[in-house]
Amino acid sequence: MSVEAAIPEGYVKVFSKPKALSDAKYTYCPGCHHGIITRLVAEAIDELGILERTVGISPVGCAVFLDRFFNCDFVQAAHGRACAVATGIKRARPDLVVFTYQGDGDLAAIGAAETVHAANRGENITVIFVNNGVYGMTGGEMAPTTLPGQRTTTTPLGREPRLHGYPLKISEMLAQLEGPAYITRQAVFDYRHIVRAKQAILKAFRNQLEGKGFSLVEILSTCPTNWRMTPVEAGRWVAEHVVKVYPLGDLKDVG
Amino acid sequence: MSRVLMRGNEAIAEAAIRSGLKCYFCYPITPQGELVEYMARELPKRGGVFLQAESEVAAINMVYGAAAAGVRAMTSSSSPGISLKQEGISYIAMARLPCVIVNMMRGGPGLGNIAPAQGDYFQATKGGGHGDYHLIVLAPSTVPEAAELVRLAFELSDRYRVPAMILADGMIGQMMEPVELPEPVEPEDIPERPWAVTGAKGRPKNVITSFDLEPEGLKEMSLALQETYREIERNEVRWEEVETEDAELLIVAYGTMGRIAKTVVRLARQEGIKVGLLRPITLWPFPYEPVRELAERVRTVLTVELSAGQMWEDVRLAVEGRAETPFYGELGGVVPSPKRILEEVRKYVG
Ligand SMILES: Cc1ncc(C[n+]2csc(CCOP(=O)(O)OP(=O)(O)O)c2C)c(N)n1
Ligand code: SF4
Ligand SMILES: [Mg+2]
Repeated sequence: MSVEAAIPEGYVKVFSKPKALSDAKYTYCPGCHHGIITRLVAEAIDELGILERTVGISPVGCAVFLDRFFNCDFVQAAHGRACAVATGIKRARPDLVVFTYQGDGDLAAIGAAETVHAANRGENITVIFVNNGVYGMTGGEMAPTTLPGQRTTTTPLGREPRLHGYPLKISEMLAQLEGPAYITRQAVFDYRHIVRAKQAILKAFRNQLEGKGFSLVEILSTCPTNWRMTPVEAGRWVAEHVVKVYPLGDLKDVG
Repeated sequence: MSRVLMRGNEAIAEAAIRSGLKCYFCYPITPQGELVEYMARELPKRGGVFLQAESEVAAINMVYGAAAAGVRAMTSSSSPGISLKQEGISYIAMARLPCVIVNMMRGGPGLGNIAPAQGDYFQATKGGGHGDYHLIVLAPSTVPEAAELVRLAFELSDRYRVPAMILADGMIGQMMEPVELPEPVEPEDIPERPWAVTGAKGRPKNVITSFDLEPEGLKEMSLALQETYREIERNEVRWEEVETEDAELLIVAYGTMGRIAKTVVRLARQEGIKVGLLRPITLWPFPYEPVRELAERVRTVLTVELSAGQMWEDVRLAVEGRAETPFYGELGGVVPSPKRILEEVRKYVG
């Protein structure tokens, strides 16, 4: 639990850490959007007052330490299997609020089958999908989401779609299914988008509370370290280039 | 106790339901189809969750989730499907989650065939997936014993927080025998799971993980696991002996082969050949000590398996030169007759 410093006379507290977050230091690189997204999830849990009945599922990827950051119960899943693990938990205890937090390699490559089928079953879970276009944790290799021409450690000459495949728009694919309740793509590169992303995350949790079924929030994220950019350049890159391949907005919403 | 005529696969399913099974996840494969179908029919009616997953990989990870949430969970499959589950089983083992996995072995490697085989012994008893771990492995040789061992599998798995496997084959799965079904367990008989993820209300958060980036931390987790394994080895070795008192030749065989070997003992005794049988019931922990003690008294320890000689390695480790240790095995789903094995026995006696 956090150690609250006394607020001096005449001062007003305007900013504090969400209750859902612990005091553990983030393991994310400085300036990485993972940090913003993790905080937004925590804020949503606070606002809905569900901390004591929430179970998070951490992926394998840069968010593998997620259980340390949160004050709720957590399960660490094998690479790509978070949606299957979430299914097991939710089916065993439907009263719990279950969310996964997964990278693009985790969710759209190795775990594509688990993602598609959980969505298709309309599992009543919330999926936070952090798309940074690379495998961050393992050193910036190509992900299924990597942009055409983008250089990564495994596409040193840039991604050539005819050789390496096209950017996989898994949210568009999932939106074609009858199972999901809500599929949306958001970003967090500026304040306006952060506010919208937060609303989407809230909605994805609310859907679960209302029993509406599978809700996924894709969030275009950055990897300044492996993109070899400053955090500011990385944010700008998302705003100028990534959104062209991955347009923002709701892809499916049953209301 | 109710006595009914049942197929092995169905008896396993019914025994699991009576053992308080809450969640069952599967992917169809022969020769355990009847188990899946029985669960689909019965489990939802009796308050449980049946879910056909998109793959064995998904099914075992659903088991991981349900077990983490603190309910009795199970999956079943056959050899190729069990291979696919290995990463998930390794996670479950290190995360200290109880669950039951049924492997109705078939002929392999590869797609092999659906005939009885015992080629998954190494995979079942030596870990199977990555890392230093074991499953508790129980090998029934009859349908009633299968039902009994399912109950035991849930109990041991809960007691030690180690996943348990029922290792059998299509012969046991598909034959019909009269079974004494275990009494249904009461919810209060199932041990509490204070470590489960049930919502961190009025207690510190629970985390289910197999991960620690710090070598010292991971070492500690690993040592705790190893300590549990030593305890299981001390307390849970189970085996059956048949006519071993005056035996000159000891057969070691498990499961389907253990059953056939019983007939071999009878036939041999009719001919005046002093043959005994040691049938391991727990393949892990393996009955090293009982085999070693008998090896002191016999001239020959003959291992008989439906494999190229997998359990044979454990038998030789137990015997350590105290007796000769020949092997007879069949491959590809061929099941030898008692007479064929008797021929083998005759090579070493008289
Ligand atoms: C079965 C398996 N294969 C490969 C890995 C190695 N691995 C760890 S993280 C990772 C990729 C993570 O990328 P992503 O899901 O996009 O998450 P990010 O780190 O970018 O947030 C891989 C391939 C693993 N842990 N397990
Ligand atoms: S490697 Fe990339 S994605 Fe991972 S924490 Fe660092 S900047 Fe973020
Ligand atoms: Mg990524």
